[in-house]
Amino acid sequence: MTILGKDLLGLAGLSREQVTAILDVAEPLRAISERAIKKVPTLRGMTVVNLFFEPSTRTRISFEFAEKRMSADTVNVATAASSVSKGETLVDTARNLEAMRIDMVVIRHPHSGAARFLAERIESNVINAGDGTHEHPTQGLLDLLTLREKLGGLEGKRICIIGDVLHSRVARSNIWGLKAMGAQVAVCGPRSLLPGAIRELGVEVFGRIEAAIEWADALNVLRLQLERMQLGYIPSLREYNRVFGVTRARLERAPRDLVILHPGPMNRGVEIDSDVADGPHSVILEQVTNGVAVRMAVLYLLAGNAPALADAARGTAV
Amino acid sequence: MPDAAQVALNSKAVARTISRMADEILELNAGLDRLVIVGIQRRGVQIADRLADVIRDREGADVPRGALDITLYRDDLQTVGPRPVVGRTQIPVDIDDQVVVIVDDVLFTGRTIRAALDELADFGRPARIMLAVLVDRGGRELPIHADVIGKRIEVGPGGRVDVFVPILDGRDEVVVSGALL
Amino acid sequence: MTTSLLITGGRLVDPSQSLDAVGDLLLVDGKVAAIGGQIAGPDGLQRIEAKGLVVAPGFIDVHVHLREPGREEVETVASGAHAAVAGGFTAVCAMPNTKPVTDNQATVGFVKRQGEAAGFARVYPYGAITVGQMGETLAEFGEMVAAGAVAVSDDGKPVENSHIMRTALEYAQTFGIPVVEHCEVMALAQGGAMHEGTVSARLGLKGIPGEAEEIDVIRCILLAKLTKGHIHLCHLSTKGSVDLVRWGKDQGVNVTAEVCSHHISLTHEAVEGYNTNAKMNPPLRTAEDVAALQQGVRDGTIDLLVTDHAPHHYDEKEREFADAPNGIVGLETALGMNVTWLVERGVLTIAQLVDRMSTRPAKVFHLPGGTLAKGSLADVTLFDPTRQWTVDPARFKSKGRNTPYGGQTLAGQAVCTIVGGRVVHQLDR
Repeated sequence: MTILGKDLLGLAGLSREQVTAILDVAEPLRAISERAIKKVPTLRGMTVVNLFFEPSTRTRISFEFAEKRMSADTVNVATAASSVSKGETLVDTARNLEAMRIDMVVIRHPHSGAARFLAERIESNVINAGDGTHEHPTQGLLDLLTLREKLGGLEGKRICIIGDVLHSRVARSNIWGLKAMGAQVAVCGPRSLLPGAIRELGVEVFGRIEAAIEWADALNVLRLQLERMQLGYIPSLREYNRVFGVTRARLERAPRDLVILHPGPMNRGVEIDSDVADGPHSVILEQVTNGVAVRMAVLYLLAGNAPALADAARGTAV
Repeated sequence: MPDAAQVALNSKAVARTISRMADEILELNAGLDRLVIVGIQRRGVQIADRLADVIRDREGADVPRGALDITLYRDDLQTVGPRPVVGRTQIPVDIDDQVVVIVDDVLFTGRTIRAALDELADFGRPARIMLAVLVDRGGRELPIHADVIGKRIEVGPGGRVDVFVPILDGRDEVVVSGALL
Repeated sequence: MTTSLLITGGRLVDPSQSLDAVGDLLLVDGKVAAIGGQIAGPDGLQRIEAKGLVVAPGFIDVHVHLREPGREEVETVASGAHAAVAGGFTAVCAMPNTKPVTDNQATVGFVKRQGEAAGFARVYPYGAITVGQMGETLAEFGEMVAAGAVAVSDDGKPVENSHIMRTALEYAQTFGIPVVEHCEVMALAQGGAMHEGTVSARLGLKGIPGEAEEIDVIRCILLAKLTKGHIHLCHLSTKGSVDLVRWGKDQGVNVTAEVCSHHISLTHEAVEGYNTNAKMNPPLRTAEDVAALQQGVRDGTIDLLVTDHAPHHYDEKEREFADAPNGIVGLETALGMNVTWLVERGVLTIAQLVDRMSTRPAKVFHLPGGTLAKGSLADVTLFDPTRQWTVDPARFKSKGRNTPYGGQTLAGQAVCTIVGGRVVHQLDR
């Protein structure tokens, strides 16, 4: 088996060696996007299906760029256009696609566990592009790559995730990935948007953002979805910004320069102010660039399923 | 029965060989003009560096040095699977109309060189591409030959040729194991 | 013509008479004719050698879903009653959340007749508390009882309106039946797919806090206190619920309670990997809850053990966790689960197990059976409390295969089930 096995379903359970391998491969791959010819032939002849049961522009485009730059053939299946709306089950949809001889499926789904469900039932490699409120491993990896570069490593570094951790797959992937790399992780947000058992996941909890800012080397600011207000988790977006917003005034009181991440899309003026998002410590656009690179790395590391890889790779000069 | 490992080139012999290879490269190219030296990751890069150092000493000028990692251009992903390590590819100059010398430690089946040629083509269109290798061990599977060869060591299919370089291995020699033809 | 059956050499365990001794049991014409000691029957009498087996009053499961009418492809009264006897149950109480809802005398009568026609376990129908289980208008308890209903419940959901619940507890007293509540505060539980805790935080599934059950438990206990009615609480799953029931009983409230075999054997860790066969409502909870539930069964705070047998079609469980239905089948694994997790671990004696699976259910629901006293129903279960067997869902008599115990080895299995003096199940040994 390859270093990652058949699928990438989450960062929970990945070892430091595995995460490091992905990040180390992603780094040189990033240079491919800087070349005149932004393409390598690695996945020539492979077919990747982007199976999106939930609207997503950024993640789908990022995966599609990654696939194309690795020379894979790609097919996009979006909910509205698929037979899912006709009542076909997830497993039937996948089996039908597989009967057309595909190699990999990138799946985005509104239900936690959907990627794993699929992976257990089809032969193709499965990459989780976000399942419900469970994990979004490639987002976690791109955050790790960005942070590793900006902070000069992850061991012992302090990263605080700000906002709606309860409903965030990005938060979960960050927690597992960062902890695997030896970083210290904290969360900060209204108690109504943090899982009750959050401390048992091995993270610190800050009730006030001022304390989080004083502690942290980097902030990963989560998107606050409008429906959280409608469902009664918080009283208003305005108050959220007043109490938990990442603002320049708050950052100016920090004892050190913080690295500011945001998985996008941003609600400017809610969880993050524009002068922070566009400011010197924001690495939001680097995250986007790194997103393509880590997805290329994951596609590459999952491709090919030959056993005894290590032995074969160790042969004399080829 | 495999023969015990034996040193084919010791450190002095390696130095002499590289020195001669540098001369041959300069001779073939009639000097430094438009020359770019590109090593194949990882040991080819070390050999290329030493060649470039010798050339600088001979000619009194630097020759541009690059590195190629051909991992993403291999033809065995489906059969062997992904290599868990991908090195850096660095081509420091525009290679259009230049003379690029690809450098590797051992030339065997020729597949690495095939991949390197493909990768170079993504960076530009050189006037000429040459190949220099420290050891040619025979056993080609593709119609590829080296222009500059440090030493020919014909080794059977079960044998190995290992090039050790100081930076990576802490030793500087070429070791052959297995039946010599 | 009289029919007689002599069971010899078994260990007679009958909590109703504090009996636990080796002896014979004679059944004549559907009744217990003699019990204890050596019974010399006439020649040619049908005999069952029961050496090494426990001979107990037939098990009664007061909480099963037989899906008929409405979902006959999933289970029928006949297939469910067959599964019951295969698991050692001689009687089951069928929940009314059928399609249409069993909320009138016609449907109650239909379920009862289907049970009689099948000829396996006795089937006692529940009637709904409210029309259509909508929680708004009381169903006609009197007519349903006349047609055979033994209790009322809106199981599957709670009766949210406390006025309706109060009225039900008052009105049911006329007919002497328990009001059986599925305890859940919907606003707290809504959208939840599993216990709220570490595992739900990890898996990113919406959790159901234990309080969603406990708040309804205390509400029902207080309403029973107010009305002097009999409240029976379904499938309790938390330590808090056990504590509240204990308090209620201490106050003299007429409260009884049940626990499912899966809640005394599995924790929320079983959901790991998004195992839809570990999805139930109430959800599997923590090890601390499991320990408290076991203790509650042991000290009698929890009166009886049930299965909440809930068959689902294969396709319904073969899907994303959040979309999969709640529940598992249990009739054919309950004895093994209870022996493995309660008897073998020293929580209950064999006699206490028979009490919680037979004598108490009969007493709480005012059903015949639950005893081997002379003259009582000849409903008898013979089981081997040490026999190891491996759960193979493909061999279930139930149409449902949805169990998290597939492939597991359990101890304790029903060997012979007798209903009304007639052998309706015998294990191939």
